This record gives sequence, structure tokens and C-alpha cells, in this order.
Amino acid sequence: MFDFDNVAVSQSLTAMTLLFHAIFATIGVGVPVLVSVAEFIGIRKKDPHYTLLARRWTRGYTITVAVGVVTGTAIGLQLSLIWPSFMQIAGNVIALPLFMETFAFFFEAIFLGIYLYTWDRFKNPIHHWLLSIPVVIGGTMSAFFITTVNSFMNTPQGFDLEGGRFTAVDPIAAMFNPATPTKVFHVVSSSYLTAAAILAGIAAFIILVKKGSAYHKKALKLTVSMMFIFAILTALAGDLSAKFLAEHQPEKLAAGEWHFDTEEGADLVVFGRLNENNEVENAIRIPNALSFLAHGDFQAEVEGLNETPEEELPPLWIHYMFDLMVTIGFYLLGISLLFLVFWKVKKWNTYHPLLLWGIALAGPLSMLAVEFGWIFAEVGRQPWILRGFMTVAEGATTSPYVTQMFVLFAVLYLVLALGCILTLRKIFKGRPAELEMERRYPQVAAAREEADE
Amino acid sequence: MNYELIGISVLWLFLYGYLIVASVDFGAGFFAYYARLTKQDHVINKLISRYLSPVWEVTNVFFVFFFVGLIGFFPDMAYYFGQAMLVPGSIAIVLLAIRGSFYAFENYGSKNNSFYMFLYGATGLLIPAALSTGLTISEGGYIEETADGVHLLVGELLTSPYSWSVVFLAIVSVLYISSMFLSYYAHRADDQPALNLVRRYALFWSSPAIIASLTTFIALSQQNEEHFNKALDLWWVFGLSVAAFMLAVFLVYRGKHYGWAFIAVMVQFFFAFFGYGASHLPYLLKPFVTLTSGVTNDAMAVALVIVFIAGLLLLIPSLILLMRLFLFDAEYVKGKNRYRV
Repeated sequence: MFDFDNVAVSQSLTAMTLLFHAIFATIGVGVPVLVSVAEFIGIRKKDPHYTLLARRWTRGYTITVAVGVVTGTAIGLQLSLIWPSFMQIAGNVIALPLFMETFAFFFEAIFLGIYLYTWDRFKNPIHHWLLSIPVVIGGTMSAFFITTVNSFMNTPQGFDLEGGRFTAVDPIAAMFNPATPTKVFHVVSSSYLTAAAILAGIAAFIILVKKGSAYHKKALKLTVSMMFIFAILTALAGDLSAKFLAEHQPEKLAAGEWHFDTEEGADLVVFGRLNENNEVENAIRIPNALSFLAHGDFQAEVEGLNETPEEELPPLWIHYMFDLMVTIGFYLLGISLLFLVFWKVKKWNTYHPLLLWGIALAGPLSMLAVEFGWIFAEVGRQPWILRGFMTVAEGATTSPYVTQMFVLFAVLYLVLALGCILTLRKIFKGRPAELEMERRYPQVAAAREEADE
Repeated sequence: MNYELIGISVLWLFLYGYLIVASVDFGAGFFAYYARLTKQDHVINKLISRYLSPVWEVTNVFFVFFFVGLIGFFPDMAYYFGQAMLVPGSIAIVLLAIRGSFYAFENYGSKNNSFYMFLYGATGLLIPAALSTGLTISEGGYIEETADGVHLLVGELLTSPYSWSVVFLAIVSVLYISSMFLSYYAHRADDQPALNLVRRYALFWSSPAIIASLTTFIALSQQNEEHFNKALDLWWVFGLSVAAFMLAVFLVYRGKHYGWAFIAVMVQFFFAFFGYGASHLPYLLKPFVTLTSGVTNDAMAVALVIVFIAGLLLLIPSLILLMRLFLFDAEYVKGKNRYRV
């Protein structure tokens, strides 16, 4: 009983750290891409609005990066502190990507420091822009490496297990396991998407509430366009992920879809609820769609949950996580497409309040989708910590102090969240972009105003 | 040379790197707050933030690097250290988190918030104390292994003269290294008032730093005689360290060649640290993990060494660029331009 409690608390502590870190990690991977694009457009078009956009985004980004760095350090250390037995064994196989992730992070940290303090330092602005490239590469590479570790835990390979120790280790095979391509693609594209959606949401909100200027309208058009591109990529990545699951982790897909009996032409179950007899009620059923999702063929056979031994079943509530993630994904695709249509059709009002509210909502929703997606992916492989090799219960620490540590970290994350929000408010409150525009580029701002009138 | 020896040398190099860059950072935070308390903040705070701003993130990575590398090369350490260090390790994480994020909050958001500065200064002294617990328990005698796992003997740790002398050494070393560096930085910036202040700090902290080293040595002879005897065999290494210390203090006292003085400080700690590390072997964690028992399999060790070399080829030019732009660029150091976001 005591052991079980320790495991549950260890799980909760890790989940809390990861869910909190995921917010900042996603922003950390995605925002540099948008900053880099905005700065580049600013230089090419000689339009200081875009340069200012990059500058202001970077300012907010610094704060989120700080929280991302410290929570990333936390999860890095917690892996060994909370899951010592797991790390003792798996450390022999996953050390390589973990090590490389630190390199990527180091690279990003160095160039972010340089990027932040060299605005206006070079005569040719393109030199400063070039510094954003290593930041983008570092952030994306660190997402890549760390995702390979998670992929390995889902589809372990590249070793033999003999007497509780890994032998014949092949680090490259472990890194490039079957889950790696789809997981990395999905994580990276959805991080870019989320960053674009959040920045688009902010621009839409300001236009709604404070009218907004040319600056905000440019921001909105840029971010929503990028949102649309990344939403298509994310949908593609999601589709590939479902096909991967059907082949390599059928129990995760089946639990996500409440698909019990192995059958051909399986229906896709959307929302609904399960009664005591595990029968689905009140759901929307899309005929044969699950077969198509899993194998690209409406008549293909899809393995059901009844094939998996009962003690190896993941919890069935992950169905909702899956559905929510996918629904939000389609919402993001739809709303960005709608905006682009309104923008291109001259008669329609691009800044219709309802449309703007829809985009404003996309920001927080996209972050929720990231969280739902991670919960689905992680809870979906329970009870395994290393699928097929080690259960979560075997990996957890035996220390009696995990509960106290849970409280300690809960307080820490609360303080960090509050500090982050207060600081962001302080940075932007009472310092509108228009004022900064006038201060930094007085001639340009004056000329624009004349042209506007 | 075999992989485990390469591995531990690499890790030790990174821990040494962390010791230097983190000490500068930790001490600077403390001095910045102390200067605020004594109403001298106008003298040195701009100087400190000019140095810290572009590098604060990089400091953190050195530590993560050491830690990830340690688990990578020696996965057995995860098992023993992980179980024993849950509480001190978590406290260190919390302190690092508060420090890192509040630096950014203060520096980019609420300028001159005294409370944030206090947190930044205080954690700068508490983090070395928490982290040094890891080195302390590696000497053996502070953890036990029973049927239901590995446990830290908290009572032993809290009543041991050795563990307290390590904590004391860690804190005074931080203040000493940092003030020596700030003297160099102030000198480069041609900032005479700041130089006068930090030079006083440097001279003040030099004597406790050397005294703490000696008392830690004596306490080690009580805690782990074997280690102590091996260290005595390496007496010349520690002798070089003391010589470098005397040179550093002499140069700062004369008020000349601050650059050389700081290099002497780095040499001093290099010898002391490698002497300590070499005499610690073959144990990584006495008596549970030795260099050969805990090492990862060959294929992984080779991969790690290759990646390490490739990574250095990427990092060293980047670090040089960072230093050229912010440490050795006279215009920047003197604060002639404000390049901020």
C-alpha cells in the first residue's frame, strides 16, 4: 500500500512538472521561428513595424524562456531523483540523446544571450538577424533530441535485456526508434502552431479591445498566415501518428478511440460516455473512419482493446484527451483558414469582431491542446514506463519524502506562474507599440501617419 | 586511456567550469544585494548587470551538462544519488529555479525590486551549500542501503564537521572567486569607484577562503582517511594551488594586472579541484560505485565521447563569440552603448 502511494505521488509530481514545463517549452521552441520570420520581413520590406514586432515578442519571450530553463532543469534532475531505478537501467541507452539535448540547449542559450544584447549593434541589420538562426536551430534540435527519449520509452529498441541489465546497446537504433519520426514531427509542428496561435490571439485581442493600429493588423496577418501553415503540418503529423499507433502501440489508439473488438471497417467514436458495461453511449459515430485513420483504408482491420491483457490496459478516460486535442486542432485550422478567406475576399470585413474573438480564443485553446496531447501520449502508455520492459511501479523512488517534495514543487510552480504573469504585464502595460514606434523610428512613424490620413 | 577515465575527466572539467562561472554569478548576486543594503548600489550594480545579463542562462547549462553527463557515463550514480539526494536535490532545484527566473523578472520587468534582489542574493549563497551536499555524501558514511532502498542518514550529515566545513568552503569560495572576477571586470571598465569597492571585497574574502580549504582538509582526514592519504600523495598539486592563490592575492593587493590575478585564481581552483578529484578515485560514491563498476556500456561510452568532441567544436567558437562581444569588448564593458532589447 505504501509502495503504491509512493508511485502515485511520484507520478503526480512528474506529471505536474512536465505539464508546467510543456507550456514554456512549447513557447520556447515556437516563438523564435516567428521572431526570426518577422525580423526578416522587416529587413526585406524595410518596414520597421515588423522589426518592432520581433523586438517586442523577444522581450516577452525572455521571461518565458527563464521559466522554461529553470523548469527544464527541474525535470532533468527529477528524472534521476524520482525514477532512480529507471534511470539506472535506461541511462545506458538514452544517455546519448539526453547529452545532445543539453548541447542544443547550450547552443541556444549562448546565441539567445547574444541576440538579446546586439540589437542595433551591427551596421548591417542582416547580421543581427543571422543570430536568430542558431536560436531557432538550438530550440528545435533540443525538442528533437528530448522527443527521441520519449519515443524510446514508447517503443524501446537497440538493446538486449539480460538479468536486469541492458546489453548489446546500439545508441543510434535506440534514438531512431519507430516512434521517433512521427513524434518529433508532431511535437515540432504543434509547437510552432501553438506559438503562432498565441501571438495571433494577442494581436486579435488588442485589436478588439484597444482598436489596434497598423502594427497590430500586420501582426495579425503574419501570425494567422503562419498559424494556417503550421496547422496543416500538424494535422498531417497527427494523421501519421495515428497510423504509427495502429501499427506499434495498438492499445493506445484503441483506448483513445474506445475500440474494444478487433474488426474491419471500424467506426470512429467522437466524445460520448462509457456505461458500466463498457458500452459507448451518446457518441457521434463516423462509420469506417477509424480504419481510415489507422491504415488509410476504410475496410482495414483495427486491433481492439480486448486483445490487450487487462493488467496492461491504459485508463479509458484518455479518449476525451484525444478527442479534445483533435477537435482543437481542427478548430485552429478552420479559424485561420476563415480569416485568410475574409482577408482575400475584398468585400468581407477581415476584422469582424466574431472572427477576431475566434482567433483570440485560439491562443489558450492551442496550449490546452498541447497539454491534452501530452496527457494522451503519456497516460496512454500506462502501466509501462518502458513499454514492454519496465512498469512505472518498478521505476519509482522508495524515498519517504516524495509527498513533501510534491507540495514544495507545487508552491514553486505557483510562484513562477504568478511572477511570470506579473512581469509580462509590467513589461507591456502602459507601453503601447505605437509609442515605442515613435520613439525608435520618429521619421517613419510621422510619414506613416500622414499617409494614413 | 579507457572510456571511464575519459568520462570522469570530461565531467570533472565541466564541474570545474560550473564552479568558476557559477561562483562569479552567485557571488555577484550577493554583492549586488549587499551593496544595495549598504547604499553603495549605484557604484557597482550597473557593472554587475552588464556582465550578468548576456550570460546568466549559460551558467545554468554548465550544471545541467555535468549532471546529465554523470548519469550518462555512470548510470549507477542515478540509482544511489537519486534516492539519497531527493530532498537536498529538490531544494537545490527550487533555489536554482527561483534564482534563474527572478533574475529575468527583475532584469527585464520590475527594475530595482529589492525583494527580487534579495532572493537573487540569498539563493546565491544557499545553492552552493545545497549542491555541495552531493560532494559530501560521495565520501561515504552518509547513506545506507537496506532492503527497501537507499537512504540518506540525515542525522549523520547534519552533525558531521566535514559536511559543515564543505558548506563553509563552498560559500567563501564563491565570494572570493566572484570578487576577484569583479575586480578584473571593473578594472577593464575603468571604473575606479567600483574597483575600489570590489577590490576590498576580494582582499577580505581571500583569508577565509584559504582557511576553509585547510579546515576541510583536516575534517576529511576524520571522515575518509583513505582519501586524505591519497590527497597527501598528491601534495605537489595542492602546493601549486596555494602558490597560485598567493600570486593572485599579491597582484590584487598591489593593484596591478587584474587579468593575471584572475587567471591565477582559476589556476588555484583548477589544481585544488583536480587534486581533490584524482584522490577521490577509484570511488565515485564510496563504497557503492567505483569508476569501473558504475560505467555505462562501451557502445554508449564511445558515442558520448564522440558527441562530446563534436559538441565542443560547436560550443567553443560560440563561447568565444559570446566573450568577445561582452567580456572583451571594451565599449560594451564600459557601458558606452546600451544595446538592450
